[in-house]
Amino acid sequence: MQITDISAVELSRKIKAGEIKVLDAAKAVLEKIDALEGQINSFVTLDREALLKKAEELQIKIDKGECNGPLAGVPIAIKDNICTQGMLTTCSSKILHNFIPEFSAQAVIDLEKAGALIIGKTNMDEFAMGSTTETSAYKVTKNPWNTDHVPGGSSGGSAAAVAAGECFAALGSDTGGSIRQPASFCGVVGMKPTYGTISRYGLIAYGSSLDQIGPITKNVEDCATMLELISTYDEKDSTSMDRVAHGYATDFTSALVEDVKGFRIGIPKDYIGEGVDPQVRDSILKAAKALEEKGAIVEEFELGLVEYAVPAYYVIASAEASSNLSRFDGIKYGYRTEDYSGLHNMYKKTRSEGFGPEVKRRIMLGSFVLSSGFYDAYYLKALKTKALIKQAFTDSFKKYDMILGPTAPTTAPRIGESLQDPIKMYLSDIFTISVNLAGLPAISVPCGLDEKGLPIGVQMIADSFEEKKLIQAAYTYEKIRGSFPTIQKGE
Amino acid sequence: MAKQYETVIGLEVHVELATKTKIFCGCSTEFGGAPNTHTCPVCTGMPGSLPVLNKQVLEYAMAVGLATNCSISRYSKFDRKNYFYPDNPQNYQISQLYLPICRDGYIEIETLSGSKKVRIHEIHMEEDAGKLIHDEWEDCTLVDYNRSGVPLIEIVSEPDMRTAEEVTAYLEKLRLIIQYLGASDCKLQEGSMRADVNLSVREIGAAEFGTRTEMKNLNSFKAITRAIEGERERQIELIEEGKTVTQETRRWDDNKEYSYSMRSKEDAQDYRYFPDPDLVPIMISEEWIEGIRQNQPELRTEKMKRYREEYDIPEYDIDIITGTKKMADLFEETTKICGLPKKVSNWLMVETLRLLKEKDMDADQITFSSRNLAKLIELTEKKVINSSVAKEVFELIFTEDIDPEQYIEEKGLKTVSDEGELRKVVQEIVEGNPQSVEDYRNGKEKAIGFLIGQTMKAMKGKANPEIITSMLKEML
Repeated sequence: MQITDISAVELSRKIKAGEIKVLDAAKAVLEKIDALEGQINSFVTLDREALLKKAEELQIKIDKGECNGPLAGVPIAIKDNICTQGMLTTCSSKILHNFIPEFSAQAVIDLEKAGALIIGKTNMDEFAMGSTTETSAYKVTKNPWNTDHVPGGSSGGSAAAVAAGECFAALGSDTGGSIRQPASFCGVVGMKPTYGTISRYGLIAYGSSLDQIGPITKNVEDCATMLELISTYDEKDSTSMDRVAHGYATDFTSALVEDVKGFRIGIPKDYIGEGVDPQVRDSILKAAKALEEKGAIVEEFELGLVEYAVPAYYVIASAEASSNLSRFDGIKYGYRTEDYSGLHNMYKKTRSEGFGPEVKRRIMLGSFVLSSGFYDAYYLKALKTKALIKQAFTDSFKKYDMILGPTAPTTAPRIGESLQDPIKMYLSDIFTISVNLAGLPAISVPCGLDEKGLPIGVQMIADSFEEKKLIQAAYTYEKIRGSFPTIQKGE
Repeated sequence: MAKQYETVIGLEVHVELATKTKIFCGCSTEFGGAPNTHTCPVCTGMPGSLPVLNKQVLEYAMAVGLATNCSISRYSKFDRKNYFYPDNPQNYQISQLYLPICRDGYIEIETLSGSKKVRIHEIHMEEDAGKLIHDEWEDCTLVDYNRSGVPLIEIVSEPDMRTAEEVTAYLEKLRLIIQYLGASDCKLQEGSMRADVNLSVREIGAAEFGTRTEMKNLNSFKAITRAIEGERERQIELIEEGKTVTQETRRWDDNKEYSYSMRSKEDAQDYRYFPDPDLVPIMISEEWIEGIRQNQPELRTEKMKRYREEYDIPEYDIDIITGTKKMADLFEETTKICGLPKKVSNWLMVETLRLLKEKDMDADQITFSSRNLAKLIELTEKKVINSSVAKEVFELIFTEDIDPEQYIEEKGLKTVSDEGELRKVVQEIVEGNPQSVEDYRNGKEKAIGFLIGQTMKAMKGKANPEIITSMLKEML
């Protein structure tokens, strides 16, 4: 057994017990990266020397007993849209090719405080816009299970790195499924908590009202542990919620209990109907059955409004993005075009050259729906749809403790397949997007492989602030499922 | 017969709030400072930074709203106004369009033609932008974000004003209210109060408004008056010539007394306003509003009433003293220390006003402390110094805020009250001026004045003239 095969929590336990040195964990990760990175392309930025130096410093702290958090000494990767002080943060975009933040995101600060070792920045769809990690300006990340396939996106680099053992856990961000879908495609655990749980300070915004940072991990225990560390109330983010003060505790690890007796689980009929790959459907139903056998009450129901989530999402997220991304103008930081005459020409050339096609598409879409004369017809209508979707979920949670379904309708598509048809790519987010619109917590847990050997993920969704229910159900399911097959490639 | 025209004017007034920190971050709002030193990731629009509303901004906005009879929105939001310009680091300004904090107010103005209500359409909060500085030498433009994120409120009136006089009265009243609230110093020249004038003309009796223009860059009351006259004339001329007024934004050049077009309505940008998702909606409770209402400082009308009841000073003095917050504060603080309202009022009305006029200053620019003025009054009351010395010392208090007690001590300006010493000097004067003594004794009362003057001169002004007079009379 290699060091990289164990979980993050287990690694930290061994480090604190003196069985493994931080430096050895860091070296094990680097070896894995050396062996696989050429095929997978998970990372945009990696500073080996700094990593080894930090590992030694951290070891001293741990030895002195100054650092004994649950992730002390664990090498962790960070999605490239999350600011890391002094470390390049590009959002996988040319326009931020040279941007080094002067501060770290609150979530990164929390992880470092707990003794995590930040190893580098992972590739993503440019500005988190995409579902395949192919829209990155730098490289295409490959699925470690089969490098002809995408890892999903936009947090594809983070999911691939965790799946390949290039790190022990990673941070991703989820605006419409960007943590859960790549986690599902790469056979790892990914969770998006309730909106407001994790500070967005330092997360470079895409769709501010939908964005949440979250963990991508090897198992549910790591997920709960990491989530607990980064769920801190942050006054620097107006949308951050003081959960503890409002009675929504964040002691997520206390929910690592193997018990689903009496859990009421609803499966929306639309989530297992037309358009869902039969192998995915079977795998999901099998997972539901397993929980039922442990005492859960499972039934199918009509959630409604499912088909409206994707259009509402693309209107809202693009509208916010068109404004959020306007600060990238070549004036203050990042890319500036070389030749220009006058201010307007500088803006135009910088942005034309700095942004990729998917980002431009969404900026244009967003600018359009906010234009005077169209605002009511598109943006306001999308907001109303969002409210209705939220209401449909709220009504469901009167009957069910959680909703279960596939994370994505298919397993990972082949590289190149999705870019030709953006609408098809948008529609593949159908099961994850509504969760962001409603601000709910959801987790994706691996539940099987299709006949091509590609992972399938089961998504569990709970009502706002009910992360503990999700963790308990996911943990229980994981125990029933047993260990998930490990990747054979590149070993 | 020539047509008679009526001018219709509405104002958009921007006021910079007197908070210590910016509207969405903790940076200082202080003027000056080297470029980009009062900045942080938030007010320079760094990726990943987020705004957090300064509660004081909201409370000032509510206070101004309450003082101008507005209703306060229980549910209010910030919106983004999107436009590209380098003075705006995010390329959007955080402002309020859909749900402004205050609505439907009015203030009462007084002009020679009587009193009138000017309605306020709304008051909203927003952030100021940075400054662009063109470097001629290097031929490039630099940005200073020190002002970026300084809090502003914009007070939008209804088109209720008809003359420049009404506009001035409205602005004066608004300024006084806001100064009294302590929400801003409202200095037009320094830009902490800025007024844009929306103006149209129509024939008297017409039911519809004419096409309006918006005039910017008005830095004084005089400029506003001139711009209104100028724009009225320009529009009437166009109409008389059979041309039409274009809806546009114009910039006033007060040196040339001429305005020129900045942009027409056709060129107007689509700001693509939408609610800022980074800022949560503001919910305002009845209790909060009530709390602000309770803590509202005394405004001018109430203050004038109280002065009439509490202090025995002339109505004219009350009018001048309450005319600025600075004077009123100075009056009250000084009176509190020395307990002599009439004397304090005298110093403010006579010497202070004289020096302000002489130095071409506004009352707001007064720097001396109530403590030193009170000391001076006490010293004069106790006859430690006489009134001419007091006037001299006051000039120094006015300019340098000196401690009068210490100054008098150091310069030896105390009135000599040692009768023996004084008697000696008086004796010498009597002996040295036999002619005047003779004149006085012959019934020429005036001659004693000369002798008093000579004694004062010999005493270098430090004597009490009443004592000298009685001594002289006694000796003669």
